[in-house]
Amino acid sequence: MSGESALLIDFGSTYTKLRAIDLDAGTILGAGQGPSTVTSDINVGLDAALGDLETALGSLPDFRHRLASSSAAGGLAMVTVGLVKELTAEAARLAALGAGAKLIGAHAYKLTDKDAAGIAAQKPDILLLAGGTDGGNEETIRWNAEKLAAAGLACPVIVAGNRVCADDVAETLQGAGIDARVAGNVMPEFNVLDVEPARAAIRDVFIERIVHAKGIDRAEARFDAVLMPTPAAVMEGARLLAAGNDAFPGWGDLLVVDVGGATTDVHSIAEGAPVSGSVIQYGLPEPYAKRTVEGDLGMRHNARTIVATAGEDAFVRESGFSADRIDAFLAAIEADPERLPENDDERDFDAALARSAVARAVKRHAGRIEIKQSVTGPVTVQYGKDLTAVGTVIGTGGVLVHGDQADDILHAALFDEEDAQSLRPKKPKLMIDNAYSLYAVGLLADAAPDAALRFAHNNIAGNPASGKEGIHGRSPAA
Amino acid sequence: MSLTPEQRGKLTLVTGVIGADTHIVGNRILSMALEKEGYKVVALGALTPAEDFIKAAIETAADAILVSSLYGQGELDCRGFRDMCIEAGLEDITLYVGGNLVVGKQSWNDVEARYREMGFNRAFPPGTRTPDVVDMLDQDLKGRAGGAAA
Repeated sequence: MSGESALLIDFGSTYTKLRAIDLDAGTILGAGQGPSTVTSDINVGLDAALGDLETALGSLPDFRHRLASSSAAGGLAMVTVGLVKELTAEAARLAALGAGAKLIGAHAYKLTDKDAAGIAAQKPDILLLAGGTDGGNEETIRWNAEKLAAAGLACPVIVAGNRVCADDVAETLQGAGIDARVAGNVMPEFNVLDVEPARAAIRDVFIERIVHAKGIDRAEARFDAVLMPTPAAVMEGARLLAAGNDAFPGWGDLLVVDVGGATTDVHSIAEGAPVSGSVIQYGLPEPYAKRTVEGDLGMRHNARTIVATAGEDAFVRESGFSADRIDAFLAAIEADPERLPENDDERDFDAALARSAVARAVKRHAGRIEIKQSVTGPVTVQYGKDLTAVGTVIGTGGVLVHGDQADDILHAALFDEEDAQSLRPKKPKLMIDNAYSLYAVGLLADAAPDAALRFAHNNIAGNPASGKEGIHGRSPAA
Repeated sequence: MSLTPEQRGKLTLVTGVIGADTHIVGNRILSMALEKEGYKVVALGALTPAEDFIKAAIETAADAILVSSLYGQGELDCRGFRDMCIEAGLEDITLYVGGNLVVGKQSWNDVEARYREMGFNRAFPPGTRTPDVVDMLDQDLKGRAGGAAA
């Protein structure tokens, strides 16, 4: 361990997790874990985790970077407000999700007093207020700002609507003592999406305010920065991996599926424009880096919903288990959400759950085509992103990393001839992120991009269980 | 009296071809011409459902919606258009419709009267030239173009 190293910290809601990375070799030196002590003193959990890491390493190196992310105290809870549901309200929703937020409310049109009071009572960490294209509707965003100001909202507000009145709107909120700041409009022109300024503003507020509000800054002398919410780190990692740099060629368009206990998250890094020139794109264009969170498709906290969503009969056929057996598996999981599979049947059941969750989550994330009849004959119309040409699908999450059926599970993310209108990847390389390294790549992306990519190339590989090698293989040691 | 390009720049028009109609060329020419004259144009293109005209008009605070229909089914596609606008809070929006608005040969006066009854402020027959549309828009929207309105 002669080279430089980095300490990555995840202040989670259950654990404080540490990882030490060898930046020159692109390998993991060791890991440590402590309890999450955000509610009392964050230093306690961090000390425990550092002690654990020190035991693993023998001694703690002098880290070149010490970077943290946080999903503690419920993650970054956000509410979005826009005007038309399918337009600025959707743009605001996409911006918040892309910033790694946990959406606890998404509103459209004019808020009532009751709506506004409800939002204030939810106590979000940040509210994103959109509405109107630049020079377009002013009435609704002004109205909504008045309602939120009157409701006694306490959290910071990012105003990302019609620029003609954005400053006025911010003033209205500031007049009520709210920390309001203006970012670029999420939809400056009709059907033109520009979520990056809002995402950047969310991240700024997160670093300046949320880290303090959650008590994380009590340990601030012990790391360089808390950069972002943990889910945003995965997104940043995926973006860097897709883009690459001079030393490491990018992997191009990719899809990341993270099957977790509470949610299944999907990230796509791809333009997703129609592949064929004769296809007409319709509806809101989606962001290049898009994240969706399926709160009803978690392997442990809502396993029963996964079965219900698939349809019980279909799940019986797909899993090979009887309805009674399925019910028994679900009951066991509900009795103990921390439960890990203990025998082959339980592993098979978990794999079936995961296939179902992955298929549903990716289908919701991907675009679709519809054939419309016109007088001149049938026309193909595309909604959302065409991901059929995506070259790489990366899977992560406990069931993929620890199970032995990762390849099968990831296949559920792919294009299905029987559901050909859903534009899912057709022939991607299937990769497994065994070490949850995308998160680390995202944290290191700005500070040490070469090291981040070297680490990613070393740790994200074609699934060994399938006997196939990923196209990208291992990068040459730089 | 026509408006100046500056005055027109304060006015937003939503254009598109309604229903299952793919005839985009005339609508595109019209949209480009209106833009050239100074109007702010939100062009939705072909195959646009009625509700999408209205959603776009809400978000952009449009002053007028110009609906094109070339395939003879406009009467079906435009039914209830004004009511939907009222429902969405766009009581005062100016509505134009133009193109081959009916099937077969029918008296234009009858056709125009039917569309007026549906709540369109003006209907335009095939062969209408863009300067005529601009004249009508200037006339109908001049009350909204003043600085005080903004």
